[in-house]
Amino acid sequence: MSAQPQPAERAVEPDPNSPASLHARLEQVWRNGPGLWGWLTSVNHKSIALRSIITAFTFFGIAGIEAALMRVQLARPENSFIGPDLYNQLFTTHGSAMMFLFAVPMVQSVALYFVPIMIGTRNVAFPRLNAFGYWTYLIGGVLLFSGLFTNTGPDQGWFSYVPLAGPGFSPGKRVDIWAQMITFTEIAAIVAAIEVIVTVFKQRAPGMSLNRVPPFVWAMVVMSFMVLVAMPYVATASAMLAMDRLIATQFFNYTEGGDALLWQHLFWFFGHPEVYIIFIPGLGMVSAIVATFSRRPVFGYTAVVLSLVAIGFLSFGLWVHHMFATPLPQTGESFFTAASAMIAIPTGVTIFCWIATIWSGRPRFDTPMLYVIGFIALFTIGGLSGLLLASVPVDLQITDTDFLPGHIHYVLLGGMVFPLFGALHYWFPKVTGRMMSERLGKVSFWLLFVGVNVTFFPQLLLGIAGMPRRVYTYLADTGWGGLNLTSSIGAGLIALGILLLVVNIARSLAAGPAAGADPWGGETLEWAISSPAPDYNFAYIPIVHGRSALWADTGDLDAVAGLREDRREVLQTTMLDAVPDSRHEHPDPTIVPLLTALAVGVGLIWGIFDPIGFDVGAVLMFIALAAWGWPQKTKPNSHEIVEVPNDRRR
Amino acid sequence: MTWAGSIFDTAGTPAARIARLAWFLIIVSGVTYLLVLVATGIAMRRARARRTQGELADTRPETANRLTRNVAIATIATTLILLGYVTATALTGKAIAWPLNAQRPLTIEVTGHQWWWQFRYRDSVPSNWLTTSNELHIPVGRPVRVILLSNDVIHSFWIPELHGKQDLIPGHRNTTWIQADRPGVWKAHCAEFCGHQHAKMLFDVVAESPAKFDQWYIRQLASALPPTDSATKRGHDVFVQRTCIMCHSINGTEAGSNVGPELTHIASRPSIAAGSLPNTRVNLARWILNPQLIKPGVRMPPNALSPADMNALLDYLETLK
Repeated sequence: MSAQPQPAERAVEPDPNSPASLHARLEQVWRNGPGLWGWLTSVNHKSIALRSIITAFTFFGIAGIEAALMRVQLARPENSFIGPDLYNQLFTTHGSAMMFLFAVPMVQSVALYFVPIMIGTRNVAFPRLNAFGYWTYLIGGVLLFSGLFTNTGPDQGWFSYVPLAGPGFSPGKRVDIWAQMITFTEIAAIVAAIEVIVTVFKQRAPGMSLNRVPPFVWAMVVMSFMVLVAMPYVATASAMLAMDRLIATQFFNYTEGGDALLWQHLFWFFGHPEVYIIFIPGLGMVSAIVATFSRRPVFGYTAVVLSLVAIGFLSFGLWVHHMFATPLPQTGESFFTAASAMIAIPTGVTIFCWIATIWSGRPRFDTPMLYVIGFIALFTIGGLSGLLLASVPVDLQITDTDFLPGHIHYVLLGGMVFPLFGALHYWFPKVTGRMMSERLGKVSFWLLFVGVNVTFFPQLLLGIAGMPRRVYTYLADTGWGGLNLTSSIGAGLIALGILLLVVNIARSLAAGPAAGADPWGGETLEWAISSPAPDYNFAYIPIVHGRSALWADTGDLDAVAGLREDRREVLQTTMLDAVPDSRHEHPDPTIVPLLTALAVGVGLIWGIFDPIGFDVGAVLMFIALAAWGWPQKTKPNSHEIVEVPNDRRR
Repeated sequence: MTWAGSIFDTAGTPAARIARLAWFLIIVSGVTYLLVLVATGIAMRRARARRTQGELADTRPETANRLTRNVAIATIATTLILLGYVTATALTGKAIAWPLNAQRPLTIEVTGHQWWWQFRYRDSVPSNWLTTSNELHIPVGRPVRVILLSNDVIHSFWIPELHGKQDLIPGHRNTTWIQADRPGVWKAHCAEFCGHQHAKMLFDVVAESPAKFDQWYIRQLASALPPTDSATKRGHDVFVQRTCIMCHSINGTEAGSNVGPELTHIASRPSIAAGSLPNTRVNLARWILNPQLIKPGVRMPPNALSPADMNALLDYLETLK
């Protein structure tokens, strides 16, 4: 089905009009520069997304090791493996890293890698901004773990409730590091959200009207809009916290007219949608995998897409169910219980639609599909246990107990990590050109599936048994030892599963069988190009005739001609119908995004120690942004506007 | 299931009503979960059969119509279940509210400190106000209005056997209520992360007959008796001349600081270190010598007392019944 031959032919072909020569010229224009400098200056969406995925996976590993250490400490009562000071740093950085440094950057990176390919374009909308986003994210992550490894890790909990996180009860720099890490990662998250939205709305292949956009891409668009609405709240809140701590503002100090609850409202107005920001992309990955492996498009496309949008909206009406014990008037609480119940409806619809897809499909149960089944089995437990938490009276009993970590891990592991690992096995061939081992994949799937249940089901029970969360130890006569030990053993199984997954990745990278362009017989455009994807993605911008771009007809894809090959050019199309609109020149590789990120880094990190740092950072930022906006010489425009065979579009 | 200390081991009306709702939700969730698994299982089996027969994906319109109908039925069923869920939640919420016709309610002010609890029993006669630490006695059958205060960080008051949690938030004055329907002795944990020793911020709850409660109350109101023999006299002197007096109070002596828990009747309490250590002579000695070994980060400093001073101090504290 692929429209173009393999690039290997390019060297021997002198004819300037041949496909191979076209590939060579595009490669020349779109590739990264050589060596370390080329690495630092890259503005290619796949290079940046891939390093972001690897970075996020590394943080996942470190935060996972923290979790394992905590499980060792909790394996028996009054254990002395880890004291409270280290334990509190571990659980705070575990939660913060998993939420801010793994989950959100990871789903956004997957989006930034695959969305442009799936919609048939050559790069994201703002390539330099994209690079800038990655560098700020990296600085934020390194900042948090530098703090932890120098015994300055935040220890106030990932939710940073004031006054505990305020200047009075958390002296030192620990909380400041947390607050600035938030600022870095939120800048990066907002940048990535803008990239996804603009790329999808303006750069879709001709013919891919909004009602033909793959559900995966829809999920990423919904997630990005949610990021745009939610992240400014936490960025504002963390800035207010940092100011309370560094320059003696009193936003959260009740003795000076501030309010401790203000923080909780700001934080959870972000924090609740955050969970949905993390698993809506998971739902998108599930949609992609279910369709491919059931050999049919997702059942109920409209229902699934509208459900994703509805989940996105409703998730902003639930934040108070984190605060039922603070307390609220009963009428207000009932509203938030009802809103929480309402979100179960669209979530249910998506799951029913996937079951219907499998029901009427011809599914193959390869590893990616196993992860989808695992997702249904685990995520449903997460959702149903969430209903207990959203019911005010029951919540008053089980909130802030071990029930909550049990619930949230079912939601996040089931709703995000399982789809992500499914997506890893699914798209690994596209990224690397090699297949992963099915046998190792299945073994690690079963280890993870059993491990997650053995680890987190006992935590649900421990919450019901009355064990509070965020405790570094518990007394022997509580009777919680057995379930805690079980949970710790489960954590060992998870660790083993992850280890096997890493082994599988390493082995497949070195010696996996070659994948070819389309090993699974996929539905969407990424399977039309060679594996690994070339730097320019598409030599010919494809024309899309239906929802299933590659299943619509059996011949080669129609393609658009007219984009220039001597500079980085992308095709812009109209927002609703994806009619070709204009051509847009993209920037060449540049060091400026990195310099700008470093300027932000100097300002925010130096600012922790001395307010003068903000000023220095601002001046550096100004210089970097001046360089960013410096007028570039453009190559003269010699081509006519694009022509698309209109009669071919349905 | 009446697991000791669990939310189903109830001893009061609110907790019992919540436990009923929780059971209802667990059963409904369990059934829903099984239905989802069964549907997934059937879908997989059907699909496997089709695969072995080499059929194509089933995209016939009649199948699509049937699936649409089934998805719609499942969605409507979900909606109905959720309506029942919201209704049950609202009804239970009403049932656990403070009873407006409460007879002779007792009022207790709870103040959370890093990392211990202070209880102040209110009375119409000011001289009958009683302050205790880390030990809460309540009479069976009498509603107790609980006022929740904090001067440092956010804590949460939670006796699983009696009622759900309510937060103690500095600058806010929250209330909740409890009522024990049977006697019992329970441990209660702080339920909001409050820093270093959140894990060891507990208190003992004793629900007892009104007669026993009154006895306890009167005994607690009494000041400490002056030391009688030379050992306890020396212990008293150690207490008021060394660092103890900087933070602790003992009614009837010159020790009157309220930075740490008051100790007027320390010997009558079942535990020390905010409910986390049984109150024995050995534990008390270990605690006084170096509390940082037992509860790292606690506000109390180590006290390098000579063995003779320590023994005298322990003798004296043991008289504070």
